Amino acid sequence: MKRTVLFWLVAGVISFVLLPWHMTDKGILSFEWVTDGLPSSGLWLVVSGGHWWLAPMGLALIAGLGVQHFVHPPVQRAKVSLGIAGLGLVWATIQGLVIVRAGPRIFEGVLTGEAINAGQPGMGAGAAVCIAGLLFALTVSMSQTGKGRGDAFVVSIIGLIIALVGVFVFYPVMHILVRAFEVQDGYSLTRFFPRFFNSDIWGVACLTSDRSCGVAMNSLFLAVLTGLGTTLLGLSFALIFTRTDFRAKKLLRVLTVIPIITPPFVIGLALILLFGRNGSVTELAADLFGTEKTRWLYGFWGVYFAQLLSFTPIAFLVLIGVVQGVSPSMEEASQTLDADRWQTFRYVSLPLMRPGLANAFLLGFIESLADFGNPLVLGGGYSVLSTDIYFAIVGAVADPAKAAILAIALLTLTLSAFILQRMWLGKKSYATITGKADSGQNAALSTLVKTLCYATALPWAALTALVYSMIVFGSFVKLWGYDHSFTLAHYIRAFGIDFSSGRLTGVAWDSYFTTLTISSIAAPLTAIVGLSTAYLLVRQKFVGKELFEFSTMLSFAIPGTVIGVSYIMAFNFPPIELTGTSIILIIVFVFRNMPVGVRGGIAAMSQLDKSLDEASITLGANSFTTVRRVILPLMGPAILAALTYSFVRAITSVSAVIFLVSAKHNMATSFIVGRVENGEFGLAIAYSAVLIVTMLAVILLLQLLVGSRRLRRTDRVQTAA
Amino acid sequence: MKKLGLVSWAVLGIAGATAASADEISVVCSAEQDWCDLMVAAFEAENPDTDVLMVRKSTGETLAQIRAEAGNPKIDVWWGGTGDPHLIAAEEGLTQASGVDTSDLLGWAQNMSTISGGKTVGIYAGALAMAYNSEILAEKGIAPPACWSDLEDPRFVGEIQVANPNSSGTAYTELATFVQLFGEDEAYVKLAAIGLNVNSYTKSGSAPSKAAARGETGVSIGFMHDMVNLASQGFPLVAVAPCEGTGYEVGAVSIIEGARNFEGAKAWVEFALRADIQSRAPETGSFQVPSNSNAEVAPESPDLASIKLIDYDFATYGSSETRARLLARWDTDVSDPAQ
Repeated sequence: MKRTVLFWLVAGVISFVLLPWHMTDKGILSFEWVTDGLPSSGLWLVVSGGHWWLAPMGLALIAGLGVQHFVHPPVQRAKVSLGIAGLGLVWATIQGLVIVRAGPRIFEGVLTGEAINAGQPGMGAGAAVCIAGLLFALTVSMSQTGKGRGDAFVVSIIGLIIALVGVFVFYPVMHILVRAFEVQDGYSLTRFFPRFFNSDIWGVACLTSDRSCGVAMNSLFLAVLTGLGTTLLGLSFALIFTRTDFRAKKLLRVLTVIPIITPPFVIGLALILLFGRNGSVTELAADLFGTEKTRWLYGFWGVYFAQLLSFTPIAFLVLIGVVQGVSPSMEEASQTLDADRWQTFRYVSLPLMRPGLANAFLLGFIESLADFGNPLVLGGGYSVLSTDIYFAIVGAVADPAKAAILAIALLTLTLSAFILQRMWLGKKSYATITGKADSGQNAALSTLVKTLCYATALPWAALTALVYSMIVFGSFVKLWGYDHSFTLAHYIRAFGIDFSSGRLTGVAWDSYFTTLTISSIAAPLTAIVGLSTAYLLVRQKFVGKELFEFSTMLSFAIPGTVIGVSYIMAFNFPPIELTGTSIILIIVFVFRNMPVGVRGGIAAMSQLDKSLDEASITLGANSFTTVRRVILPLMGPAILAALTYSFVRAITSVSAVIFLVSAKHNMATSFIVGRVENGEFGLAIAYSAVLIVTMLAVILLLQLLVGSRRLRRTDRVQTAA
Repeated sequence: MKKLGLVSWAVLGIAGATAASADEISVVCSAEQDWCDLMVAAFEAENPDTDVLMVRKSTGETLAQIRAEAGNPKIDVWWGGTGDPHLIAAEEGLTQASGVDTSDLLGWAQNMSTISGGKTVGIYAGALAMAYNSEILAEKGIAPPACWSDLEDPRFVGEIQVANPNSSGTAYTELATFVQLFGEDEAYVKLAAIGLNVNSYTKSGSAPSKAAARGETGVSIGFMHDMVNLASQGFPLVAVAPCEGTGYEVGAVSIIEGARNFEGAKAWVEFALRADIQSRAPETGSFQVPSNSNAEVAPESPDLASIKLIDYDFATYGSSETRARLLARWDTDVSDPAQ
């Protein structure tokens, strides 16, 4: 324990002395800061640069080391180190927020002097390591005082995640939410309420008249139906996969994965070409049955349709792990007690799947609320919060206050869904994977359930297949919908290679490589942060856990546009200056997609019996070893889901990214959106098709690498008798 | 010693910063992607020492970004995109005067510069127009529209698509054009009458013409050069210059206030105003009318001389005050039934 504290303190001191405290112009890897002869490290800046305000962090680290050496009673030593590290962290935050590029922001009268007025750039590597050193010294010391049952690993992880969520979720989001209270001459709480409880937002006129409902009510209807629909479809698929002997499982698997790896707008475009007023299916129906060609696709039903196609795979990814995990012993016990297959499913299997169902619904609900591409393409006159927020920020009349108010309305909906979900799950235990031998067979589905599953899942699968064959077709024809002569021109323009010189002449290469690099860095980080959060939430007890859980969901629930703008507002200026770099893209992906890792992790971990951890701890392992040797190997599907999902989300997300891409770091989606705006569907679709193939390849590779978990259960499905 | 170190640090820091960015211009482009790419390639060919970092973003997104970045901008120059957001940026002090020579430019382009105190300059113009899908109208037996007032006719019921001026700059240009053509009261009567035929008010200004191109709607209102571009891709879309006359947009270029590389940005603006550079836009399917009087106009480009253009008052209708008033009245008098 003492060694851990020492390690972090020493790391902090070394970086304070050697590493550049601030961001350097050309990046730390250029090592220009070593050779240019300017003060760069914290110590150097204090001594010769007049940056006296950096000294307390160094002193805190040194003092911490002194305490380790000179104070002997362990509890007292821990308490003193805790206090010192805490003070160091508070000072680091204050100096960063007060002294920016233009000098001090407040207390200008007191803070005078040449160095302080010259200001400071954003924090760099030195600052990051120092702060990490202080943070871990703090958390480890805290565990030594007996908090968190004295488990340094757990307390450190909690501290780290709270710090990260605080800096990368709360701090930026606050920047935009305060705008909701902004009026012409400052801030006002009283004027917020009439604007918030406005019938434009919450009106229910559509139930009684032909007027439209408020935009939040529109979003709510859509989200509830999408949540229910995707959960139901996801469950059908999961059951078909695990409990039937359906032949084409592999094909079905691909069809359930493809929609999440589809760049935005593409599904909407394909639906227009199939079901729009001039679409192929509409024309066919008009020819065959003389039905009138209508514009039904533009509005609620079109968006709902597209969202079902897009989000069912997420529900499926969450549910398959859960359905697989339901213990056969329970089902066998039920059958032994003379229940039939339907009763077993209804009273044993289904209740055990509750955490999965609840999480799948919550994800579908939130995804639908935050969805931007589908309502934009297909919404027609049906307004929802996400698009209204976007146009409140970028529209002809930019109104950040309105955007902030709508964002709060959206958060209110998410929070309510979250609380309802908790109430429904209650405090029951859903653990079905225990350390005990468990070699039974999963019950096959009753005929009724099986028929229901096939009846819901197969038409959906057929539709998905149709939509995607249209997309492939669209990328190989000259003008989708009009001129169907075969061409490779779109692919050549996007991904052309001049073989004689080996140069990449296609216009898409740059953004393609940037996208892949950034996504591959972001995916494992997301999985790590998400699953460690899930571990804390399921396995550990600490004060403020509910709040902690909600805060990790926050970034997911806020629409991408709001996140994008709030990231610019927060991270364009010191203390943390990240705009225009690739780091900001990686960070936004990690913290936006982390909730999926958390949800999937929670669902999977709720099924692992706690006796497994306890056995491991009793045998002398610490919690880190327990996680590594016991929990992780049983989490295969959850890890795979988190990795896959964060990778593809990083590639396909658009609304958050649009504000954060820069010339050096352009992303594929922003490129595609530009082409769609310009009406060049062929190129956009060809690029999308290449992205889909790339992602499919990566997912297959991941599946091979992570593998499936080995539960000691063979022969998973009873042959239907 | 301490003081000396500090001063030399500051001086070197500034020198280092300028040295690092002198050969780099950061451009946000709000025109079509291909045109953006062509401009970058052409500029870099002439200035081999300069590295142009270009990203394409729509005007609304760009304005939101430079507002959020005000005080520490990461962008040097904003090229292309409709003029209103450029004028708003100038009004809010987000852009700075470039001091380039505008004497070769046509009147409407110089006008932009005058209104904004030199902070933004016109680079192209595009007329507002209507377009119809010839296949759809023929199939339904509807006679094509020739004038704005034709759109009030019940024969177009459910066939017209136009953007919502609250979210779209294109639709706001249409609103302001109607007010200038017919007078404010009459304009709203006409817009409300057309509104009865509108099947949906889209959020984005370019969406209606794309829908008309694909036959999802019969008639659209938008900018003529976009319609010409869609038609040249092979869609059965016909652009019509309304008989009463019409308004237009002016695409602009501005240098961001606090640009890290002002000299580079100025070189870019001068480059973008040159006749030989503007003449190359049609290569990329951009059929706007160039602002340099010596630039060649593509044969496909809508001939502004043959279109009855109104004397669009950018100073009045671009101001935030007029805008707020007109939009508020649009909400009460016309209004999107879906809102």
